[in-house]
Amino acid sequence: MTEQFDYTTTEHVLTPGGQSPTESEERAAAGEAVFGERVRAEARSIIERYPEARSALLPMLHLVQSVQGHVTAEGMSFCAEQLALSTAEVNAVATFYTMYKRQPCGRFLVSVCTNTLCAAMGGDGIYRALSEELGVGHEETAGTPGEEGSVTLEHAECLAACDFAPVLQVNYEYFDNQTTESALETVRALRRGERPLPTRGAPLTDFRDTERQLAGFFDGPGSEEAAEASAAAPETVRGAELARERGWNAPPVPDEVEFPPIPEKK
Amino acid sequence: MTEANAPDGTAREAAGSPLTPVLTRRWLSPESWSLRTYEQLEGYTALRTALSLHPDQLTELVKAAGLRGRGGAGFPSGVKWGFMPKDRSRPHYLVINADEGEPGTCKDVPLMMADPHSLLEGCVIAAYAMRANNCMIYVRGEALHCIRRLHHAVREAYEAGYLGENILDSGFDLDVVVHAGAGAYICGEETALLDSLEGKRGQPRLKPPFPAQAGLYSSPTTVNNVETIASVPHIVNGGSDWFRGMGREKSPGPKIFSLSGHVERPGQYEAPLGTTLRELLELAGGMKDGIPLKFWTPGGSSTPLFTADHLDVPLDFEGAAEAGSMLGTTALMIFNETVSVPWAVMKWTQFYEHESCGKCTPCREGCFWLAQVLERMVQGRGTEQDIDTLLDVCDNVLGRSFCALGDGAVSPITSGIKYFREEFLALCESNRGQDTTEEPALAGVAR
Ligand SMILES: Cc1cc2nc3c(=O)[nH]c(=O)nc-3n(C[C@H](O)[C@H](O)[C@H](O)COP(=O)(O)O)c2cc1C
Ligand code: SF4
Ligand code: FES
Repeated sequence: MTEQFDYTTTEHVLTPGGQSPTESEERAAAGEAVFGERVRAEARSIIERYPEARSALLPMLHLVQSVQGHVTAEGMSFCAEQLALSTAEVNAVATFYTMYKRQPCGRFLVSVCTNTLCAAMGGDGIYRALSEELGVGHEETAGTPGEEGSVTLEHAECLAACDFAPVLQVNYEYFDNQTTESALETVRALRRGERPLPTRGAPLTDFRDTERQLAGFFDGPGSEEAAEASAAAPETVRGAELARERGWNAPPVPDEVEFPPIPEKK
Repeated sequence: MTEANAPDGTAREAAGSPLTPVLTRRWLSPESWSLRTYEQLEGYTALRTALSLHPDQLTELVKAAGLRGRGGAGFPSGVKWGFMPKDRSRPHYLVINADEGEPGTCKDVPLMMADPHSLLEGCVIAAYAMRANNCMIYVRGEALHCIRRLHHAVREAYEAGYLGENILDSGFDLDVVVHAGAGAYICGEETALLDSLEGKRGQPRLKPPFPAQAGLYSSPTTVNNVETIASVPHIVNGGSDWFRGMGREKSPGPKIFSLSGHVERPGQYEAPLGTTLRELLELAGGMKDGIPLKFWTPGGSSTPLFTADHLDVPLDFEGAAEAGSMLGTTALMIFNETVSVPWAVMKWTQFYEHESCGKCTPCREGCFWLAQVLERMVQGRGTEQDIDTLLDVCDNVLGRSFCALGDGAVSPITSGIKYFREEFLALCESNRGQDTTEEPALAGVAR
């Protein structure tokens, strides 16, 4: 979260070097064109989910990424306008969170866990191999962002899948129990425009669609199937399975449960 | 593997099954995540019972059961619920902490994937007890499939009348919003989470006021972990004595232990609180390839390291604390002899440096300098003095930081040096005079 120190409250930092009023008007006009009526309606529906409008900001930034593939200056102005915030306030939030990308992102975002446990199990090696294969470093993209086969690489912190170490994610779907070879294979397939199946989770679409889902819209083609996609994995059910094999159970639930009385008012 | 096969030195208090699948039991069923399966397996029966009781009876029940927070701190849940005001002059909120980011922790994600309705049923019961008509589930953004699953489950629950207005004709209303985070470990800290949920940078708030007085939108709020809330329907169905039939006096109940790393069969093992690593390792097939255990965490990277000497420590809140660590999230990261302690400590410190929110100086500056010193040591340019410097900086971070992230950040360092000082020293010795190595002198060894 080192980016946060880039943040100041003066608006001109959004486009370094300052900007004339005409430029910012142009930007607003561009924003108009990029964020059409449909996106505006979606932004409003996000706001409606919450008791207070500002809570919509995080999902709305995901929505912006679903349109443009990263958080742009227009995107921040758009959020600011929808929520009656200053662009500086939006900028301060956008720069705080790692999932908001400041550079155009590829069709596929490959996040390799390099936290200690995964790293010790081979994650550091996987990251190095992918970096070499793609010829890019952290948060850099091989290919032209947005085009088929473009891949952005990043190293990630613990992805809450340590029992599957080492892991990586493509567009936030899990690829578990990786080896350098399997990770390389996956990334080569992505570069060819193929969509290898994740170990757990839904089939891959692309980064922008992923961001639309994070904004809370699960209405794209295949979304019903996606919600029902299997996440079954031996590691997840290991304890439960072993208990079943051995006939181990929690104590039986009593037929009749006694509840405490209503406490007296003090 | 020697450790795993060694004779069991400790007797657990409550005899019974080594594993007690309660939360994880349904995970074995086909399409366990669907409402249909959930209803076939007693799903939403606890809700019917709960709605027939007085809200305060539920709080008392959870108190009597002795349920303690599963998010890391172990605060008694019923007591926490009891802090919520009884009047409804302002809206009350229940917020579910599904940010699961503590390194090593990997229990809430599988729970939400496999059994999202158990969380939702718990939400309705807890919200009813706390007189909340709004519930927000804050899920870390990277857990996309969980978010998808929860959305789906919420829709199913609304359609079946378990959510929305007048739930099961009780007159109780509850709306649930599934909210995606955006990648920041600190948002797991409950007050930072609330700021994030309000659309701000996720930075911790000063306490008091506590969330029960002024939480989300300055209204009374309770933040609970996923596993905590998913336990609630079981307590309603089984009662407090049943729950107390597992685990220990002060740490009752079953708990999902997550085993990862150098172990033959890593995964989720639900056992009574108070189970030891020796017992769990045995269930998980022992150490991977028989290479002996070197160090492990009882509850994530923020809990001080344990060694092979701690195999018989009862893993409950008291047991872990008495042995000098904390139970945390029962994330058992297990490392064998091939892994360098200074290297592991450096990696974790880099994590805290990256995730420090920057609000307070001891943590922001401390993590930065700790990482610098550790990187230098691991690269082979360290001196004995660096060890003292590290401990000195840790001393200035611990207890002086604004939130518990700072305290957590120094845990691996101080415990690493406490148990493996020679390894830090050896790093200085062996590299004396040859200080240009590019690769870490002792890297974590890949398999
Ligand atoms: C840096 C930091 C990160 C945390 N991350 C999480 C988390 O990811 N999930 C969680 O439930 N609790 C997390 N906590 C603990 C929460 O602050 C809080 O204690 C917990 O959500 C309360 O729920 P419980 O009483 O049900 O455990 C974190 C705490 C700190 C200091
Ligand atoms: S301890 Fe660290 S994370 Fe917590 S408030 Fe201070 S800088 Fe932020
Ligand atoms: S350390 Fe990689 S998923 Fe937890």
